[in-house]
Amino acid sequence: MQVGKRETTMERVNRGLARRYLQERLFRLFGLGAVILSICLLGLLFVSIGLKGWPAFEQTEILLDINFDQELFAVDNLMGADYGALVKSSMRSLFPEVKGRADKRKLYRLVSSGASYVLRKMVMEDTAIIGSSRKIWLPADDEVDMLLKGHIRRDVPESDRRLSDQQIGWIDQLTEAGLLKKKFNTTFFTAGDSREPELAGIHGAVMGSIYTLTITLLLSFPIGVATAVYLEEFAPRSRWIDLVEVNINNLAAVPSIIFGLLGLAVFLNIFGMPRSAPLVGGLVLTLMTLPTIIIASRAALKSVPPSIREAAFGVGASKLQVVTHHVLPLAMPGMMTGTIIGMAQALGETAPLLMIGMVAFIVDVPTGFTDPSTVLPVQIYLWADSPERAFVERTSAAIMILLAFLISMNAIAVFLRRKFERRW
Amino acid sequence: MSPFSFLVILLAASSFAYMHGKRRAFSLTGSGSGSSRLHSLPGYYGMLTALWCALPALAIFVFWMSCSEWVLTDLAMKTLPASMLNVPVDQANLLVNDLHNLIAGHVAARDINPVLQQAADHYLAMERISYMALAGIMSASALFFSALVYKRIRPRMRARNHVERIIQIALVLCSTIAIITTIGIVLSVLFESIRFFQQVPLTDFLFGLKWSPQMAMRADQAGSSGSFGAIPVLAGTFMISGIALAVAVPVGLLSAIYLSEYASSHVRTWAKPTMEILAGVPTVVYGFFAALVVAPFIRDAGGLFGLDVSSESGLAAGLVMGIMIIPFVSSLSDDVINAVPQTLRDGSYALGATRSETIRKVVIPAALPGIVGGILLAASRAIGETMIVVMAAGLSANLTANPLQAVTTVTVQIVTLLVGDQEFDSPKTLAAFALGLLLFTITLILNVIALYVVRKYREEYE
Repeated sequence: MQVGKRETTMERVNRGLARRYLQERLFRLFGLGAVILSICLLGLLFVSIGLKGWPAFEQTEILLDINFDQELFAVDNLMGADYGALVKSSMRSLFPEVKGRADKRKLYRLVSSGASYVLRKMVMEDTAIIGSSRKIWLPADDEVDMLLKGHIRRDVPESDRRLSDQQIGWIDQLTEAGLLKKKFNTTFFTAGDSREPELAGIHGAVMGSIYTLTITLLLSFPIGVATAVYLEEFAPRSRWIDLVEVNINNLAAVPSIIFGLLGLAVFLNIFGMPRSAPLVGGLVLTLMTLPTIIIASRAALKSVPPSIREAAFGVGASKLQVVTHHVLPLAMPGMMTGTIIGMAQALGETAPLLMIGMVAFIVDVPTGFTDPSTVLPVQIYLWADSPERAFVERTSAAIMILLAFLISMNAIAVFLRRKFERRW
Repeated sequence: MSPFSFLVILLAASSFAYMHGKRRAFSLTGSGSGSSRLHSLPGYYGMLTALWCALPALAIFVFWMSCSEWVLTDLAMKTLPASMLNVPVDQANLLVNDLHNLIAGHVAARDINPVLQQAADHYLAMERISYMALAGIMSASALFFSALVYKRIRPRMRARNHVERIIQIALVLCSTIAIITTIGIVLSVLFESIRFFQQVPLTDFLFGLKWSPQMAMRADQAGSSGSFGAIPVLAGTFMISGIALAVAVPVGLLSAIYLSEYASSHVRTWAKPTMEILAGVPTVVYGFFAALVVAPFIRDAGGLFGLDVSSESGLAAGLVMGIMIIPFVSSLSDDVINAVPQTLRDGSYALGATRSETIRKVVIPAALPGIVGGILLAASRAIGETMIVVMAAGLSANLTANPLQAVTTVTVQIVTLLVGDQEFDSPKTLAAFALGLLLFTITLILNVIALYVVRKYREEYE
């Protein structure tokens, strides 16, 4: 017999073992690598935006000695006074050696065109300052801001820079004299959009987002919960109900831009609703978030055990009483979680709102549901398209605000789930 | 007074009705016997009164508000001299627009046409009358119906059943909104697309190799007669989605496998939510990231190897879109891998297989239908994704297989055609709806297949 010569099964297994263990380790390593890679990508995304956006919370301001000359103000027309001239004369007195129109114009350009609005607001609030002389911090131009933050390099040829050597010289003089300083950027939180980066803020966009989301919440939560309750608790098994269910699942996966097309064709063109209004934006986002809320609410209703319903029926409650008194309160945390997640989606959504004209350039902060307005993500999109370097950091800063909102909303959802989740 | 304040007043009126209905139900039972003689709890009588107070008035309000602008505009236009009205349709539309701008007070003072101003004043006066009439009719109906119910309250009255019937009807109406939305999408996209295909033949659209939607503004303008071949646009879409899936599927699948099969529960509770954050980041943020970080990086890296990379390359958009759908793929795969019964794994281990062999030869084949379904859903999401490509991909429709060149996608074209000023009868605008129809059809087919596969798969192991 040749038993000794033939390879035993154990030998064959052992021979391949080293290779198989290596494969095992490699496979495991690949898996771990994939997880680490995705987390690193997330980190890269956040870090790159954070680094870019952080400086936007500071804005360079310039200390000017403004002389509110009595002669410049007419008593009946305070609005129409030449506030620009106040700034200009103050700049001239800082640099008396500057002569010639072209040079003077370069000098004036160091101060933001918004400085005169600041002065006007001061005068309108308190007319007593007319005739006096004050030292006031005014916003500097965005190019000055960029130079101080190091985004404009001094070592490139003068023609490639937005600031001339002469202007940089003035800026250095001002910095040494302590008249230029980076201060906390309040404009960014209190102003609407602007073509000038130093005057642009997110307040208008945030208000637009709030109005839009209010409409979305007011419509989608009741309708979503009602639909879920009907489908889970009341609907008879039928073809029609199957159709509704398939429909809802499909709607959840329809690209968001298609909802924008629907809004444009139906709400704007057929119903003649106003363009760029939070009302229409809210309606479109409602249709978009409904499937999310319905699916989450149905899952929450499903998780309430049947014994609760049977007990309520047992003491003589009607079907609706069972639902409203017992099932709904128990399912409510799950429904709220789903709604918050749906709202977070709606807050970050951009594409459908582009379709219904919420991309317009709007300076005024909206004060109602039909005012033309924009929303935070659309504002980000608009700023990302702007060529000025200063808008890059403002875009990143706006993204940071948006992400802060989203993360806190999701954190609330997670908290609710942790706090109220019940295992039956 | 804003018409929306009517709703607040109506709310107050119906809570008043509720109180009185309830009180009447109590008063009918007589003293001492409590509410036991009533058919329903007293609150239901109040609720019934309140519902009848609010609902008819609300219906009138909605109907009135949806029609009033139409009717009022018509009435105001009638006051204009006939010479202004006998113009082609688009000019008449312009006139209506001007009128609405005047009414809203958007036009600067100097270019107001006095005749139009008169019409606008007429409109505003009529609007005031219309609101007054609406207020009158609403309060009459609220009063009438609540009084009617109030009078008919008897202890034997089946108030609870009435209320529940009304609420159930409301629930049914809510659940039909999903269907109405779908019908609305299909009809609105289809209707405009049909108008488009009347001007541009369907075959030109589906099989044309050139996409340049710019139309000549004047007849004598050279060159741009507009060509609407969707093939280059579709090719760009599929290329970018393909790149995205090439990134997302391996990374997503491997991390799902690692997290569900290898990772300790401690790692899982931290890693999973962290990865889900990727899904919660708005797409506009990814678009910014792609345009500002990834695209320049790829361009510079390509420059090192002597490659000519467009700064709006399909590669950058595709890679970032891939990052976006990683959590999508991984959470869907995670679900299906967890649904594979433990007995299959145990059987494989008993035969001496290593963990990775079990996963590759047993778990993955068993979960394959579900994974494929998940990938199809991810593909549909990639095809319909808008902001990343709008911000990072190009506008020019090149028919190319080179991912380093600029390509465009269906969604980019829809956005560029529809954002900004638009005239609603040019093929340029209508083309966006035709693209929308195409996009809707493609994603719908993918979704239906995917949902079917996933559902079938779930049933297999349940």
